[in-house]
Amino acid sequence: MTQPAFPLFEALRQKFGAQIQSLTADREDETYLTLNDPDIRPITNYLRGEFGARLVMVFAEDRRASEGVFFNYYVFDQKGSSRYLLVRTPIRPDDPSFPSLSAELPAVNWQEREIQDWFGLKAVEHPNPRRVALHDNWPDVHPLRKDFPLETVLPPFEGERHIYRPALGEGVFQVPVGPVHAGIIEPGHFNFAVAGEPILYLQLRMFYTHKGTEKLFEKLPIPKAVFLAESISGDSSFSHGTAFCQAIERAAQMEIPLRALVMRTILLELERLCNHVADIGAIATDVGFVIANAHASRLKEMLVMLNEQLTGSRLLRGMICVGGVRRGWNAVQRDTLCSTIDSFAREFQDLIGMIDSSESTRDRLEQTGVLKHEKARDLGIVGVAGRASGIDLDTRRDHPYAAYSRYSLRVPVYEAGDVWHRMQVRIEEVRDSISIIRKAVDESLKGEFCAPARAIPSDRCALGAVEGWRGEIIHWIRTGTDNHLERCKIKDPSLNNWPALVEAVQGNIIADFPVINKSFNLSYSGTDR
Amino acid sequence: MFNIIQKTIKTGIVTARYPDEAAKISENFRGRPAFDFEKWKDARPAAEVCPTGAISLRDKSDSRRVTVDYGLCVFCGLCADASSDQAVQITREFELATMDRHKLVLTAEYALNADGTHQQLREVQFQSGHTDTDVETLGRKARENIHKLLRRSLAIREVDAGSCNGCELEIVALNNPIHDIERFGIQFVASPRHADMLLVTGPVSRNMELALLKTYRAMADPKVVVAVGACGISGGIFGANYASLGGVDKVLPVDVYVPGCPPRPQALLHGILLAVGCLAQRLDSDTAVNQKA
Repeated sequence: MTQPAFPLFEALRQKFGAQIQSLTADREDETYLTLNDPDIRPITNYLRGEFGARLVMVFAEDRRASEGVFFNYYVFDQKGSSRYLLVRTPIRPDDPSFPSLSAELPAVNWQEREIQDWFGLKAVEHPNPRRVALHDNWPDVHPLRKDFPLETVLPPFEGERHIYRPALGEGVFQVPVGPVHAGIIEPGHFNFAVAGEPILYLQLRMFYTHKGTEKLFEKLPIPKAVFLAESISGDSSFSHGTAFCQAIERAAQMEIPLRALVMRTILLELERLCNHVADIGAIATDVGFVIANAHASRLKEMLVMLNEQLTGSRLLRGMICVGGVRRGWNAVQRDTLCSTIDSFAREFQDLIGMIDSSESTRDRLEQTGVLKHEKARDLGIVGVAGRASGIDLDTRRDHPYAAYSRYSLRVPVYEAGDVWHRMQVRIEEVRDSISIIRKAVDESLKGEFCAPARAIPSDRCALGAVEGWRGEIIHWIRTGTDNHLERCKIKDPSLNNWPALVEAVQGNIIADFPVINKSFNLSYSGTDR
Repeated sequence: MFNIIQKTIKTGIVTARYPDEAAKISENFRGRPAFDFEKWKDARPAAEVCPTGAISLRDKSDSRRVTVDYGLCVFCGLCADASSDQAVQITREFELATMDRHKLVLTAEYALNADGTHQQLREVQFQSGHTDTDVETLGRKARENIHKLLRRSLAIREVDAGSCNGCELEIVALNNPIHDIERFGIQFVASPRHADMLLVTGPVSRNMELALLKTYRAMADPKVVVAVGACGISGGIFGANYASLGGVDKVLPVDVYVPGCPPRPQALLHGILLAVGCLAQRLDSDTAVNQKA
């Protein structure tokens, strides 16, 4: 371990010296700052105010057995620097509470409540301290505490699942939707308060698909846990798998061969292409432009068949592994990749031409579901939805991984924040992905595709970050003994982005909700875990 | 408008003819792992790497029982990679749907050697779920049934009971122009009240248990339930835990199981057509009962 020297850390030492217990970095781009007490507020204000840092995520860890306390982790990201700063604050079991940041930083609202639910640590002065990750009818349990066994059989649930804020006033009524939706999508409950057609406000109840994923990570040996990472969010299998493997590789300080990095880059971009083209089609469907979706879904099928040719799985499963990828591909597969991408690129132009020539489509999408920049900033919105509202973030550029530093990258950013611009971000990213794949392809044939296996040292922490097609995916792990994990924290971009939907639908008519929702296309399973 | 018509004509018909013709799948597709039980000398490496415990061993002092459960399999191919004796081969078979959960389970009894390997295959219970493999016939029959008994339409309600969304992606693909499930008169409907078939994915999270039950109860009789994917069949990689019940049949009577992680669209179609057969039988017997009465 080294004492990291960096202007930010110098400033922190000078200003908060008394509060700082240690400042260490196993890796240059990942620094851990441990404090003496749980009060994170002064440092947060300082980092955000003076350095423009962004609070990426908040999570907890039960370290009572080894260090006698719980820890909260606050991950900061500084614009223009590829370093992550993780601030660790101890929380004593005899005073299981920490000061809430949510009033000032709505971005961590759900995450702090998740810590309350899963660890039984109270977020003091939280503006809305109700349960979020466990429904109200759950018994008083804290599943991520170490003394809660994964296999616990809970008694049948009784009582209300959630009490929604009533909608009052003449002509105001509520429209409850879900958890089983009309289409073939994931479950969640939406409660709309409407005055005629316009939506006054929307209340969300998520976590219907919670299935104990983070806890289960603590049970599985690491090579098997890779498959669990692939099942966090089905449409981002490869991105989640990559984020997980990157975290393990960083903890074990493995060198990944170039070919593996290049292949990962190509596969990550293929995942982006599949989902972006499907979303463009789905947005068209939701405004009645069905023929565009017929072509878009045909193009998606073209890509998933390519996925299968390259990896054996239409969803790119079973390809990622710790150390690289599980199989190389040969010249025939490479040629299929090139020719499919060429015809995809041609047909994609036709598809976009079709959408651009439809005035009525544009009319329905422009100024629909606007997410204002300030709201997006306060809520910590990431990914496609963030970039459409002026949030200039892209993990591929800001914290390069895989082989992204070898290719130039265009990050499309718009200010308007409406459905049309969320679609434009996708269109531009599709074009950029095509060009990245074309550049990367030549380096994907030669060399090793996986680093030799090596023992994974215990008690190491590491963070893996990937820009999934939806946005920033982060996995944080602490290794345990015997090829197992002590903790795996997963942050899917959807967790940040759901509250954005609430903002974006306000004042829109309820008939536009489907298209607004689709323009975000957030993952329920990635949120609920 | 003109460019749309032009594009449509230029694209032509893209719909695949499965099951009348063989499915077009890549030669690299990982389907059912096939086990040569005669040849298999050591099942330990495969059992050790299997992420979901689909391959498991039970050793007694001088015997070993190897169990393979396709209902747990996520088709990762690790078992074939790990077995040096070539006894495990990844095939491209995907038509694994069955009405009998037990048919997804194979067991083999061996004599156990002192070094941990095994020999002398004593007994194999090999009940592959392929009694209905002739998919062409299955397809024809299903179409006749839909035509005659269901008045040309079968309505499916899909419920995600905690899946990762992988199965949903493939179910949605059934509606794309390639797989186009509506050519059978099959459509996905918004309300369970309109549905004949319940297609369920996910290991059934505790939070979806009630919603799944309510959806089932809202459907009119006769009805069939199809459990989709490793999670729907057995809980898959999630299994049963504090938040997951570990499979659809923990909550509802399941008529057809469709293995896969996720099952490819053709595998789903195969399972759905199989379930049409169940529904047709149920309708037939209902009619018979009614006529008697």
